[in-house]
Amino acid sequence: MTVQIKPILSALRRHKAGTFLIAMQIALTLAIVCNALFIIQQRLAHLSEPTGLDEPNIFVVQNEWVGQATAEQVDAKMREDISVLRALPGVQDATPSNSYPLRGGGWDDGIKLKPEQLQDTSGAAIYFGDDHFIDTLGIKLVAGRNFRSEEITSMNVRDRLSPPVVIVTKALANKLFPSGDAVGKTIYLVGGPTTIIGVVELLQSQSVDRWAAGFAYRSVIVPKRLAISLGGWYIVRARPGQLDAAMRAAPKALFEHNPRRVINDEDGILSFSQVRSRAYERDRGMAILMGVICVVLLAITAAGIVGLTSFWVGQRRKQIGVRRALGATRQDILHYFMTENFLISCGGVVVGTLLAVAINLWLVTRFEMHRLSLVYVLAGVVILLLLGQGAVLAPAMRASRVPPVEATRSV
Amino acid sequence: MFAYYLQLGLRSLRKNPLLTLLMVLAIGCGVAASMTTYSVFRATSNNPIPQKSSQLYVPQIDNWGPDSSKDNKGEPPNAMTYTDAVNLMRDKRAKRQTALYPTAVSIVPADASMLPFRETSYGWYADAFGMFDIPFQYGQGWTAGEDESHASVAVIGKALNEKLFNGGNSVGKNINLNGRDYRIVGVADKWNPEPVFYDVTNTNGFDDPIQVFIPFTRAVELKTPTSGNNNCNHDPGKGWDEWIRSECVWLGFWAELPTKAEADAYRQYLNGYSAEQQRAGRFRWAPNTRLRNVVEWLDYQKVVPQEAKVSLMVSLGFLLICLVNTVGLLLAKFMRRSSEIGVRRALGATRREIYIQFLIEAAAIGLAGGVVGLLLTGLGVMGVSLVFEPDIAKLATLDVSLVLLTVLVAILATVLAAFYPTWRAAQVQPAWQLKSN
Repeated sequence: MTVQIKPILSALRRHKAGTFLIAMQIALTLAIVCNALFIIQQRLAHLSEPTGLDEPNIFVVQNEWVGQATAEQVDAKMREDISVLRALPGVQDATPSNSYPLRGGGWDDGIKLKPEQLQDTSGAAIYFGDDHFIDTLGIKLVAGRNFRSEEITSMNVRDRLSPPVVIVTKALANKLFPSGDAVGKTIYLVGGPTTIIGVVELLQSQSVDRWAAGFAYRSVIVPKRLAISLGGWYIVRARPGQLDAAMRAAPKALFEHNPRRVINDEDGILSFSQVRSRAYERDRGMAILMGVICVVLLAITAAGIVGLTSFWVGQRRKQIGVRRALGATRQDILHYFMTENFLISCGGVVVGTLLAVAINLWLVTRFEMHRLSLVYVLAGVVILLLLGQGAVLAPAMRASRVPPVEATRSV
Repeated sequence: MFAYYLQLGLRSLRKNPLLTLLMVLAIGCGVAASMTTYSVFRATSNNPIPQKSSQLYVPQIDNWGPDSSKDNKGEPPNAMTYTDAVNLMRDKRAKRQTALYPTAVSIVPADASMLPFRETSYGWYADAFGMFDIPFQYGQGWTAGEDESHASVAVIGKALNEKLFNGGNSVGKNINLNGRDYRIVGVADKWNPEPVFYDVTNTNGFDDPIQVFIPFTRAVELKTPTSGNNNCNHDPGKGWDEWIRSECVWLGFWAELPTKAEADAYRQYLNGYSAEQQRAGRFRWAPNTRLRNVVEWLDYQKVVPQEAKVSLMVSLGFLLICLVNTVGLLLAKFMRRSSEIGVRRALGATRREIYIQFLIEAAAIGLAGGVVGLLLTGLGVMGVSLVFEPDIAKLATLDVSLVLLTVLVAILATVLAAFYPTWRAAQVQPAWQLKSN
């Protein structure tokens, strides 16, 4: 069965305004839906990046000391705290650190292969940790060895960072030594030379913001406790299934041991799932927002097509009756309206594709977004063509049920 | 007449309830999406100190040189070294000026049963209170003399005064910070500029209001660490003393320059200062300085989150589509009544009257859309916390101006959308319509 396109086009020419409005609506919807889908995909990809940690069992304590103290005093207090935490029944291990993945900020440093080099070979996130750091975080050592307890020293926040040995992540090791023999090599931190003694599989850096994207998984663990009179973080790994109990027990035990501290009620103690949801709050929110906008937008466009086509059908009842009286089948009428919508939609998606790319290019220059991949445009085109056909179905069915006798009635 | 048209309009709206509902919902959704995202945009792009935003300036001095600044489009660091801040304070080339940093202090309540706690606290100079127009509930700021003598004085915020002194006049009483007593000289009234322009580098623009102010000079003397960022391009050496003499940047700086001439003079002074540092051998590059006022600084620091801008753009696009949709539906609705229009025209109604009648009908739809939009905006504003962190979400509120704006945008947009359908309706030829009947 063939559908005559020419009569449809000549009919459309008599409804320029309606045709133009539907096509324009489809074009604009396509442009926005493509870009929204693309934003959703970017955000979701971002927030599903792994940290490398045993997240379900980990929580972090932000401990702030009251008053000022010397680095030695702070270090002593910190070591006591860590032994208090390790002694708790629900706790598997604990370590003091300057930061943790997804915290949003911390210490980062430039790494060089030679001391006289002007440009850094790579940026890297610096994690302070003791010999329990790797076990506490649940990250995997893939080469070399862990720190020995006698290698761990204390450091004042204003001291020079020049540890004799470090452990690095595989991502950093591969960047610095692509041939894969990083263990035993010397690298240069800002504070001086150091030797790589171990490589861990995965440890995300402290921020997932754009500024830190250049060294996302390039981390260095230094065998030091950072003594800041302000306080710092304790990373605690609970025994499986005992996270909640350990999170309740930890602050109680710490306050019993030494009340001259502040652990914020709101965010002093966070499970790692809370850390994760905080870090990706905006990404998740943007994805939800764009999703809602897409759905409502498609619904409104569909409703608009239904409304306008219904109007057309109502206007053309007489013509439809004449066609039916002259021998057109119900099928013919149905196909007529479906094809008509398809032609308009095609016009709309062509303009919409151009518009989608234009909007994306503008977003790229204005907001440092990525280039739109054609898959999203294609997905948008298919969605809108299907949407158009779906929306036109009900009015077209109604049109096909117009009886031939309508031709004989006036209006 | 107006009442009659409105009555006609409402009757016609009742005739096709589905079509009407569709238009009202489309306009409601479009307006609500735009207004919700606009509420966030408005809060984050707010001018926090409109009366003075063109008189307060942030100077920047390039103490790291082209090696570092080339990664940052040639811009100097966002913060200042202790060396430069102290030199600028000493030279005193602005009407008022201050260096500042967030100090890490904990408050030890006199009541031993209360646990120590932290509040947002800053170390700055006496000038800052006047510069930033900080209102006082009791007492006042400290004096320049107390800056010089590194006095142990403090100004506390209203909320902290409620907490510690039940809101009474606490001037002259002591407050224990980090185990040391400070004499309270003033209690600041509610002062909560949004965004917190005075320290964008450490807060990204949104933070709790300051509750403790202490003299910068005293804070540095006591080696009070910063709770903000510290950026170094080279190894700062060992200990506090080497650190504050290093090229690490960690201080904010503000200068009040009431006239353009003063601002220009200050620019020259900054360049002169940099040139002097170059001659002294500290900088091995030509002067590279900036002087930005509040609005320019907030813009440069990108305080408005990218998400707020993108979602506003997308929502405006959404509203546009809703309007195109409304144009189509109104066209369908109006043209369906061609015969009615024909009769009215034949009975003597002018085109003008047709215009007015249909535009009023559209305005009624717009009003209904505005009401729906208002409800949805209310929901949307509550949902803002899904997208933005609490510091920003709490700023997005449905206030009187937003309510009015929502209804106004809905009505205006609908009337605008109705122009073309109304024009088409007014073109209806009475004779033709009457004949075909």
